[in-house]
Amino acid sequence: MAIFNLNINGETKEVDVDPATPMLWVLRDHVKLVGTKYGCGIAQCGACTVHLGDNAVRSCQLPVSAVGEQKITTIEGLSENGDHPIQKAWLEIDVPQCGYCQAGQIMSASALLKRNPNPSDEEIESAMNGNICRCGTYTRIKKAIKTAASSENV
Amino acid sequence: MGRRAFIKNTSLASGGLVLGFSILNSCKPEQAKEMAVREMPKEWFEMNSYLKIGDNGVVTIYTPNPEFGQNIRTSMPMLVAEELDVDWKNVLVEQAPYHADKYGFQFTGGSRGISARWEPLRMAGATARQMLIAAAAETWQVPKEEVTAEAGVLQHAATKKSAGYGEMASVAATLTVPEEVQLKEVKDFKLVSRSQKNVDAKSIVTGRPLFGMDIQEEGMLIAMIEHPPAFGLTLKSVDGEAAKAMPGIKDVVTIKSFKDGYEKGGFDTNAFPELVAIVGNSTWEVMQAKKKLKVEWQPITAYSETIAGFGGKETINIPAGLESTTTHKSQMEALAAKPGKVVRKDGNPEVAFKNATTILERSYSAPFLAHNNMEPLNAFAHVAGDKVKIAAPIQIPSLIIPTIASSLGIPKENIEMDLPRMGGGFGRKAYAHFVVEAALISQKVNAPIKLVYSREDDMTNGIYRPTYHATYRAAFDENNNLTALHVKAGGVPESPLFANRFPAGAIDNYMAEEWTIDSNISIGAFRAPRSNFMAGAEQAFLDEVAETMGKDAIQFRLDLLKRAKENPVGERNDYDADRYAGVLELVREKSAWKENDATKHRGVSAYFCHNSYAAHVLDLKMENGKPVVEKVVCAIDCGVVVNPDAATNMAEGAITDGVGNAFYGELTFQDGVPQKNNFHQYQMIRMNDAPKEIDVHFVQNEIDPTGMGEPPFPPVFGAVANALYKATGQRHYSQPFITKKEVVG
Repeated sequence: MAIFNLNINGETKEVDVDPATPMLWVLRDHVKLVGTKYGCGIAQCGACTVHLGDNAVRSCQLPVSAVGEQKITTIEGLSENGDHPIQKAWLEIDVPQCGYCQAGQIMSASALLKRNPNPSDEEIESAMNGNICRCGTYTRIKKAIKTAASSENV
Repeated sequence: MGRRAFIKNTSLASGGLVLGFSILNSCKPEQAKEMAVREMPKEWFEMNSYLKIGDNGVVTIYTPNPEFGQNIRTSMPMLVAEELDVDWKNVLVEQAPYHADKYGFQFTGGSRGISARWEPLRMAGATARQMLIAAAAETWQVPKEEVTAEAGVLQHAATKKSAGYGEMASVAATLTVPEEVQLKEVKDFKLVSRSQKNVDAKSIVTGRPLFGMDIQEEGMLIAMIEHPPAFGLTLKSVDGEAAKAMPGIKDVVTIKSFKDGYEKGGFDTNAFPELVAIVGNSTWEVMQAKKKLKVEWQPITAYSETIAGFGGKETINIPAGLESTTTHKSQMEALAAKPGKVVRKDGNPEVAFKNATTILERSYSAPFLAHNNMEPLNAFAHVAGDKVKIAAPIQIPSLIIPTIASSLGIPKENIEMDLPRMGGGFGRKAYAHFVVEAALISQKVNAPIKLVYSREDDMTNGIYRPTYHATYRAAFDENNNLTALHVKAGGVPESPLFANRFPAGAIDNYMAEEWTIDSNISIGAFRAPRSNFMAGAEQAFLDEVAETMGKDAIQFRLDLLKRAKENPVGERNDYDADRYAGVLELVREKSAWKENDATKHRGVSAYFCHNSYAAHVLDLKMENGKPVVEKVVCAIDCGVVVNPDAATNMAEGAITDGVGNAFYGELTFQDGVPQKNNFHQYQMIRMNDAPKEIDVHFVQNEIDPTGMGEPPFPPVFGAVANALYKATGQRHYSQPFITKKEVVG
């Protein structure tokens, strides 16, 4: 066990855990932020996607000891009031079905728009291919990303 | 129309609303923020089990059935709100706990949610509205026939009196429940049939706790299970010492899911009733320690058991042994070549085939499928003495309660159950063995626990879509007329056959046979059970029959349906030929279907199941040797569509799900061991393979709602097969259609 001071959603959180513990479980079990989801544990489904700095990463493969002072942003910290352009677009298009994968989808999509404000269909597919939606909301996810991209505030 | 009210005034009967503990209450404020009335009421008045009205007019509607993504948490309350006649913006939705007396059969599955609740929920709203009117009439001393109630406001025109529902709620809640209520005509709806946004969307996109997996309770431990690595094995012994010595681990215990001699229900399916459970402080610690378990397994012995299912009691045989896919395939081919059990016979098919000029015979097969819900199986349980609290993301709470009670030795009245949102279900969460396991573990370790299945545990635990096989034969005379049709279908361990569905009823000489092969691999419902195979086989075969006859694929089907309508063969045809033809005609129009269209590779497919009708036209092209689904046009007749955009979303999902499973879905076995345990091996459809465009249309009518979640799924397989043929020149008979092993990560 070791103590880590983590920068999560702009706040410092202290946790005392095994250094090998993936951020996914640090977030869910220790920091009690359960918006980040467990889906596969092997970086194949994308449900656990968070931002490390500006990049979308699979938190199930990110040991807490590798985070250091880098900023972690989770779905709970993506915006103050759920009003990130991606979240607004998700609501406008009414994307979710069961909703379990959507936090990961939104974190992948928001990282995409940050580095590429106006992605093509192919760029969207390439960036989002690591996120599985078992309910099959892909057409709406793509539409929502385009809606957010065309809004002014990305 | 007047309907007899069944609604009880539960506030009088029980002295107030008795709700289960509410672990996930923290999700409520998100929805409240969006309301027109910003303040929560100071006092609530319960009108009946389904709704209470606050003193400021805010209405809380309890949605009875568990949600797994079909959006009934929005569409069911819409039915109540429509008849109550209240501003939708002033409605809060809460998930009702399991409570059979108040909420009846809280069953999410079989595409029956909306159809089963169509009248009861509207009556709940209408009853409350009538009581509000009576309260206003009494207060104002005017005839109640002169009081109107609309959009949350009660009015008496002659005296110009007016009051919000909230002002009359305290009086209304004490009145006698009317024995008869008037329900609105479909044409008078103001809310139903108009798209409303998902009431949980804001919570979902902001990551609020909603799902079973999200439950956190004070003092809660995490539990995981170790099940046999192969079907046909059971627990022999466990050495948990090394695991127990790992950091954060509290205990290693064994559990037995059924008391000896317990008569199981149809949803008690469980290939692995004896398990090792490991319990500790955190999920990661338990995952690590689980690897240190030393477990010995032993072969099961063959057994028979009587199951009390929906259709009465039946006996099933579970053989011993370690089964493999290669063996299943040869067993299926052998049985397909022998006579099966004749389930339906019209005319004289034997003679028709004997006299045929040509015979077309084709065989179709599909593998086992795992449900692969994004949320792995999980359940929270706290057994404290003889009191049980459970929160479980499951589809049919009432059917697992007796098993929990029996296995724990605690009366079922002592079990409280909350129904958190499910991260997918698709049939898998109808089989709630994991809730029994959670309860047994909690009882053994005497602590609140959350049982979490790893992805690997989830994928290899069983309850799969069975593997199936079907052989179709068609007889043609010298003029290439279809004279007979013969279908023989079976599977491991169940038959997929629906003998009385189309094209039965449209063909003079028809025979349907079936067979089964016993297995110890556990199976269960998977989105549109059996239909999800038969539709693909049948619709691919009919495509080939039409081609053989030189007929247009849609016109051929319409001709058969015309025959089935005008002069049906047999009396047990369980579809409505008009509604069936209706979706084909609508999809023909909306897809701008042309006979012999050489500009597109199009496949058509239509099917009836769960009392609804769906037809798809799917356009596909080959790109670098890989099929790309360019567009799917879909037509559905499910009666009145309560929430059109949500239904469209579900149809889009069903189509994507169907394309994915047709392309890739497959679980194979070697010596009882599932050959895939996670998404690096089990290929799921991803965004790059999803249809580029989906265009959903509903037949407009005023028929009471029929099923929606499942019907658009089965015909996708046929549409994919038929379009693939157009694109490649090759007919595809065995699913999955793409067997390339590469998996995108």
